[in-house]
Amino acid sequence: MMSNKQPEKNEKESSNDAIIEIIEMHKWFGEFHVLNNINLKVRKQERIVICGPSGSGKSTLIRCVNRLEEHQRGRIIVDGTELTNDVKNIEKIRAEVGMVFQQFNLFPHLNIIENLTLGPIWARKVPKKEAEETAMYYLEKVHIPEQALKYPGQLSGGQQQRVAIARSLCMNPKVMLFDEPTSALDPEMVKEVLDVMMSLAREGMTMIVVSHEMGFAKSVAHRVLFMDFGRVVEENTPKEFFENPQHERTKLFLSQILH
Amino acid sequence: MQEISDGTTADNIPEKVPFFNDPAKRSIMFQLGVMLILVLLGYYLIANTMANLERQSIATGLGFLEKESSFEIGESLISYSAADTYARALLVGVINTLIVSFIGIILTVILGTVIGVARLSANWLVSRMAAVYIEVFQNIPVLLQLFFWYAIFYEFLPSPRQALGPVTGVFLSNRGLVFAVPASHPAHKYMAVAFLGGCVLVYLLRRWARKRQESTGKPFPVFRVSVGIIIGLPLITWWLAGAPTAMDVPVLAGFNFKGGVNISPEFSALLLGLVLYTAAFVAEAVRAGIQSVSKGQTEAAMSMGLKSGKVLNLVILPQALRVIIPPLTNQMLSLTKNSSLAVAIGYPDFVSVAGTTINQTGQAMEGIAMMMVVYLFFSLTTSAFMNWYNKKTALVER
Amino acid sequence: MTEAIVEQTEETIKPPATSVGVIGWIKANLFNSWFNAVLTIVILYFFWKIVPSFIRWAFIDSLWMSTGAECHEAGGACWSIIPANIRFILFGFFPYELQWRPLLAMIMLVGLLYYSQNRKHWKKSLAYAWFIGLFIMGLLMKGGLFGLAPVESSQWGGLPLTLLLSVFGLTAAYPLGVLFALGRQSRMPAIKTVCVVYIELIRGVPLITLLFMSSVVFPLFLPEGITINKILRAQVAIILFTAAYIAEVVRGGLQGMSKGQYEAAESIGLNYYQTMRLVILPQALKIVIPPTVSQLISAFKDTSLVVIIALYDLLKTTQSVLSDPKWMGFSTEAYIFIALIYFVCCFFMSNYSRKLEQELDTGL
Repeated sequence: MMSNKQPEKNEKESSNDAIIEIIEMHKWFGEFHVLNNINLKVRKQERIVICGPSGSGKSTLIRCVNRLEEHQRGRIIVDGTELTNDVKNIEKIRAEVGMVFQQFNLFPHLNIIENLTLGPIWARKVPKKEAEETAMYYLEKVHIPEQALKYPGQLSGGQQQRVAIARSLCMNPKVMLFDEPTSALDPEMVKEVLDVMMSLAREGMTMIVVSHEMGFAKSVAHRVLFMDFGRVVEENTPKEFFENPQHERTKLFLSQILH
Repeated sequence: MQEISDGTTADNIPEKVPFFNDPAKRSIMFQLGVMLILVLLGYYLIANTMANLERQSIATGLGFLEKESSFEIGESLISYSAADTYARALLVGVINTLIVSFIGIILTVILGTVIGVARLSANWLVSRMAAVYIEVFQNIPVLLQLFFWYAIFYEFLPSPRQALGPVTGVFLSNRGLVFAVPASHPAHKYMAVAFLGGCVLVYLLRRWARKRQESTGKPFPVFRVSVGIIIGLPLITWWLAGAPTAMDVPVLAGFNFKGGVNISPEFSALLLGLVLYTAAFVAEAVRAGIQSVSKGQTEAAMSMGLKSGKVLNLVILPQALRVIIPPLTNQMLSLTKNSSLAVAIGYPDFVSVAGTTINQTGQAMEGIAMMMVVYLFFSLTTSAFMNWYNKKTALVER
Repeated sequence: MTEAIVEQTEETIKPPATSVGVIGWIKANLFNSWFNAVLTIVILYFFWKIVPSFIRWAFIDSLWMSTGAECHEAGGACWSIIPANIRFILFGFFPYELQWRPLLAMIMLVGLLYYSQNRKHWKKSLAYAWFIGLFIMGLLMKGGLFGLAPVESSQWGGLPLTLLLSVFGLTAAYPLGVLFALGRQSRMPAIKTVCVVYIELIRGVPLITLLFMSSVVFPLFLPEGITINKILRAQVAIILFTAAYIAEVVRGGLQGMSKGQYEAAESIGLNYYQTMRLVILPQALKIVIPPTVSQLISAFKDTSLVVIIALYDLLKTTQSVLSDPKWMGFSTEAYIFIALIYFVCCFFMSNYSRKLEQELDTGL
């Protein structure tokens, strides 16, 4: 289903194990310095949670990884391919990187199966039957196979977000990005989505999650990053991060969200 | 027996409600009252009308349709002369209305879509110009626009003897636009057949291509091949028929041109005015439709690696069209109704011909009733279509 | 990995020079892709070709205060057609010495409209102000009382006629339209049918057919000897026409009302009329103010159609001037002038509607 291309080996700086490398990345919105010297290496199967106050640039950061936003300085390398203005590179990277949005963004005019098979059929040229089988497989993994023929408008928020996760999984991504996946959900539906994300983690998916769900961070993340004013202020294992925050801003933030 | 105040007697039979307090009876009385007033009013008006018509010796009924019309009509698709009946004259009027509406609608949709998309362009110049166009053309009455273009045509264009010739074979004068067309030749019939055949072929091709993609995943460049077939088949037929190139060229004879195809200034002014005016409203509808699709939809589709062409076709357009089609249909209807303003610049549309008929026969009631019936027919068909479309494409929700 | 990132020294790095300031704006808005760059160049070239010759025609070679003959000699735009004929264009056949009256009436109207713009002024006193204002305006136009010489309505023309037809048209059409909308929502089949038939009939036909009807057929409806002047007939046609469209607009508002409002009013014990007057209509009408203003703009533009039944509104007076041999051939200039008048009025109205929409959005 996927064509495996050889990663470019002419960049001596890229370490073999890192699937995402962000090197001295800067981004401005006009004069506003929204991302300031970001350096990040994400290894295969690693799970990172990024937290921080609103406006700190965390969403912008992960949106730069799949080129929904453009960075102006520095480099981003995903699975050996550098992210530039080259359209071919962008498409290649987007096929390897799945994204789950805060507002789900399911296609309301298509039913669930059609939502899931749209990408495989048109971007990966998969035959319809095979795409539908993959779709049903992932629908079962997120525990809602019976909704296959319904339309997004007929599903609850939690169900829609699980479908959105399944939709990304149907493209067989190497990395999954989550942009505040549970922030738009009613409280009783947050758990069902977190459960799906945790089972994904157990199966070894590389994940970068922007979220305020600290319980999830504690149980599943390898690293927790705290961002403020466009910089990564602190980066640590969950245990150290929550028990021994080093910076004043981190301490302040934690005190505000863990009440 | 005890009086129980809940409206029933001790035997639990409901009390008889006084006649005028029963809402059902009240409603019936009210309706009867209103209908009575309307009927009386109608009777009064009709009685007066009959009396007035008799006094002025105006005939009633549709008998006049069989009489000779004795007026000429400036342009007509079918043959017509002053010796034909009023019925035929009115038919010419209807056909003229349909022609200008049909061509007008096609041009308006194209122009309106282009301007609507331009309004959303990332290029500041383009989007500003589109915005100015929309504001200017929406806020000036359509009749004024018609007069303006008509004035441009006959004030700025020279007489046929000094006609402008921007391209060989094309002449622009105050008698209209004349241009050469291929001379009539049997090959044209075959080309028309080839064109229809090409359409059928394209339909079958699309079905085959879709089946193939479903089973193997490989897409087929349906669009490009279809365009090739639709253009190519008639072209091949033309070549096989001997490649006839004889043209019917307009030639200046006396005061005007003979030959070729003539588009009158009335028609041009009407078409231009209607299209430019209605396109401004269509542009707004298109813009609103495209903007109604949230940015997240585009982002989600692009995140999956879909190319922007596919994102447009599969995700944005289906959702945008839902929002665009209803106001678009309204604008198409509005254009058809506005074509009735042709009477003001001398294009013989239906209202214009009917107006002349009324002037000559004096039968205003029948004439105006016919006008209304014809346009009502257009409106009701359009409403029916829109209702059907809305039902078919409604988003399924809880 | 258990490192904590060391605080960097706070040196501010500037964004790349090509992404900010004037250059940044130009790059982002005019040249942000190959296609757009080409478009920008083509458009600028087009301007460079057309704009200078247009400016020469309209402003440099143009005459502003000359006679018709001089205009025919010169080659530029003949704007003098306007000042020379302005009294006729604006006021039509209204007696020359008395033209201060329609002028005053128009000023009053504009003043009232301007005052009504501010939502804070929307009180009962405003309705009274309008009522009295309209009466005074009618008086100024018609005369006959208070020593004002009477002026036949057949002599009314130009801009006052246009404004009159639109303002009275909408003021009368509005309550009528609301009634029809309520009737269409009614559960009484006879009422509902009558309203539906009326609305669909009127909306399905062009205004011009109704104007023809008013001009030719209305006289037939009246008994012998009674005549109604042409303007009144056209006004009735415009009112009936606009009412049907207002009815649809209001119906949209009524349909947007939740059932709970009706139920709450019923449970308090209000009857139908009270419910509509006190609960439903105030809310529904407020919701549809933007499309209502849009309807006013359309009604204003549609008054120009009375040209076709030979009523001397702004468009017709202009056309009469153009048929004068002295000023023949300058239609473009004259039409541009009136287009400007219409444009300015409609533009202000649609801007107001947009502003109102925003205000109501955030307020609710």
